[in-house]
Amino acid sequence: MTSAGTPRAFKRDGRVVVVGASLAGLRAAEALRAEGFTGSLTMIGDELGEPYDRPPLSKQVLTGWVRAGGTTLPRRRGLDAEWLLGVPAGGLDLATKHVRLADGRCVPFDRVLIATGVRARPWSVESEAALDGVFVVRTREHAESLRRALAAGPSRVLIIGAGFTGCEIASACRERGLPVTVAELAAAPLTGALGAVIGDVAADLQRTHGVDLRCGVEVTRLEGDARGRFRRAHFGDGGTVDADVAVVALGSIRNTEWLRGSGLAAGVWGVACDTGCRALDVSGRATEDVFAAGDVARCPHPLYEDRLISLEHWANAVEQAEVAAHNMVSAEADRRPCLSIPVFWSIQFGVNIKSVGVPTFADEVVVTQGSVDDHRFVAAYGCRGRVTAAVSFDSAKWLHHYRRLIETAAPFPPRCPMPDQPADARPVPVGLPGPGLLAQGATAVVTGRTRVSAASGPCTGTGGRRAG
Amino acid sequence: MTTARTHGTLRRIFDYSARADPYPLYAELRQNPVAVHEDAGYVVSTYHEITDLLHDPRLSSDVRNLSRPMPALEEGVTTAFIKKDPPEHDRLRRMAMRHFGPPHTPGLVAGMEGDLTSTVNSLIDDFAGKERIDVVDDFACRLPVTVTCHLLGVPREDERRFHRWVNDIMNSVDYDPETDPKERLDKGVQARKDLRRHLGGLVEQRHGRPGDGLLARLANDDGPDGRMTDAEIAATAKLLLIAGHETIVNLIANGMLTLLRHPQVLRRLRHQPDLVVPLVEELLRYEPPVHIVPWRAAYSDITVADTVIPKGSQIMLMLASGNRDPNRFHDPDRFDPDRRDNQHLGFGSGIHSCFGAALARRETQIALTELVRRLDRPRLVADPPPYRPSPVLRGPVHLDVEQGGD
Repeated sequence: MTSAGTPRAFKRDGRVVVVGASLAGLRAAEALRAEGFTGSLTMIGDELGEPYDRPPLSKQVLTGWVRAGGTTLPRRRGLDAEWLLGVPAGGLDLATKHVRLADGRCVPFDRVLIATGVRARPWSVESEAALDGVFVVRTREHAESLRRALAAGPSRVLIIGAGFTGCEIASACRERGLPVTVAELAAAPLTGALGAVIGDVAADLQRTHGVDLRCGVEVTRLEGDARGRFRRAHFGDGGTVDADVAVVALGSIRNTEWLRGSGLAAGVWGVACDTGCRALDVSGRATEDVFAAGDVARCPHPLYEDRLISLEHWANAVEQAEVAAHNMVSAEADRRPCLSIPVFWSIQFGVNIKSVGVPTFADEVVVTQGSVDDHRFVAAYGCRGRVTAAVSFDSAKWLHHYRRLIETAAPFPPRCPMPDQPADARPVPVGLPGPGLLAQGATAVVTGRTRVSAASGPCTGTGGRRAG
Repeated sequence: MTTARTHGTLRRIFDYSARADPYPLYAELRQNPVAVHEDAGYVVSTYHEITDLLHDPRLSSDVRNLSRPMPALEEGVTTAFIKKDPPEHDRLRRMAMRHFGPPHTPGLVAGMEGDLTSTVNSLIDDFAGKERIDVVDDFACRLPVTVTCHLLGVPREDERRFHRWVNDIMNSVDYDPETDPKERLDKGVQARKDLRRHLGGLVEQRHGRPGDGLLARLANDDGPDGRMTDAEIAATAKLLLIAGHETIVNLIANGMLTLLRHPQVLRRLRHQPDLVVPLVEELLRYEPPVHIVPWRAAYSDITVADTVIPKGSQIMLMLASGNRDPNRFHDPDRFDPDRRDNQHLGFGSGIHSCFGAALARRETQIALTELVRRLDRPRLVADPPPYRPSPVLRGPVHLDVEQGGD
């Protein structure tokens, strides 16, 4: 049992620390209070200011429709929490049950939620990343800087990486009428997430909207002028592109470094958990008092062979936060798993893209409804003869049906005549770049076997503000 | 799955004697989520099964996909998107939505609020001093056609005729050959013809003359899908007039009736006008204007709740029963305007979900807010009130209310 004794005692006056004050952290804190938790609640976040929503940062904020400061997350209830903002967590000591902040302060807990999320992967050459005009987009400060650069009317914007973020930013630039070059290592945009078939549709969509799309190319060097301003990018094939703005959209890095040596199974792939969001230790055992939620968590899903999957999806963060909060204040028998089917959306070039299931868990794909040429269709994904995911372009109202197919492990390809079925609906290989999810093992990533000593220096309170 | 009992239950639901309170019969029906009935085909009454079917791409709204075709009221007439399948349905609905809602026309309903409020209040002005009013005839019936005419951009002097046509059409919908004079049906058929011809004429006049109304916008559309034909525009306008009439009349009348049966909620609404938003949602669950989707066609074999519905079958969806399904809604027979997670079937669901939902919501919210604000101690004269014959579009035919006095 925990230091706070019975679940009822813990609920009344336990101490919960939430590390990470973004969507997952805030929703978990709200859920804890909604569950009747009246103990002390401490929110630790490396960014200053109120928790905010990130999806608009690569869309409406860049077009100028929404202010970067205007995406503060709505509060669903008062929190009565202590907020320790502006300082990242530096370590986790499970033996003495303290979170150590980067500035040396220590925060004691009975139970802790890890919701530290991810950060943007920076350009690999530091001096080139530091050039004026080179951006990443993850925080609202990032988005505001990029918006200002776009509003200044650059001669061309180069976007490095055509994942969802890169594509959305390209779309925002085109909406502003700016010339855009997108450079992608794979054969098409979105290939890593949705495979080559849908990637080709995304490529067509970009070219239709005037994007200079270069696939199968690697950006090797960012060149600046004498004043340190970005001017030109060099490609592996010897080509170049002149631009004033470069956006590095090469995915993310999970914020798990602070957990090194904690004894948790945490590493570059995230924090391994059980289905109830309890973190696993390096031996693969579920811990009693450490939970994880959101982008940083890596949970098994029974529909996907119990593989540990980490999803950087908005709805995933919300659901895991609610499950983690519930389980933190519940007795073993009342705990529940996080089993809903993942969903994801993106808006780019006027098209609403939505997915249900895990498209990377697939070997084949088939267009089941609508027309690829019109950029309006549903595609079903299958793995070894059963439906595992579906992706829609401007046809999201059908996804409920595909979610049911996924939940019931319906046979793939679905073989039912329906109105608006393409005449040549044949399954084709999904075309995911390997090694994909199917190649990954199902075990926890065993990292950080060496334990570090307890927090450096004496712990003398936190000195935070009480707010909310 | 098929039992004599569900058979009898459906028959009793359709019998007029059940109109005031069909809900206990719906509960009986839900014992068998999918039941076969000789006339109605497959009758589906539980929330999750209805929702699954409304999102099932194998369900068709095109009458030609029924193995036992239904008699058509009018032959060779352009049908509106409500009776079409994708991709044709999607194309027509998209072209209409371009001028009705976001993302292309985001401010339309909000922009109508002033007009809605003054229309509602001028109707209330007419009976403000009277001791007894009929919420249906004196108020609800007079609102939607006026609002839809404004939306379409129909000239004010035509509105009277539109009211008459819509009334004649609605009267003919309930036509029962055994009890009703044939004249009722004939009037409806004639009104459909007249309405269509008149709308066609209005569309023709609007070519090359861009204006604010929906007719003018559709007649001069230059969107990515091109332009609707004049017959398609007339069919769409006719759909909005008819689908947006009795539904709203019922929603407002059911709303007032429900409030009068829950005086504590009525009092709350008077002091807390914001309550009207969740209240109307709860109303759409608790007393929806459309109780039944009378038919959809199985385009191929569909399995629902372990029942195989064969291709070509007629499927009847009991929306109002799904709204009271205890497997979806906690304490479903309680009217609770504070209910959370209220994903009711009041506007249907899926690709055919109510086109005019945003306008219907605002229209009803304003109507109920103003009625509650301005009526002086309103009291029900008869409970239950008399109902219209239809079990599909269910609502009071009159709702007499007394106000003022001592």
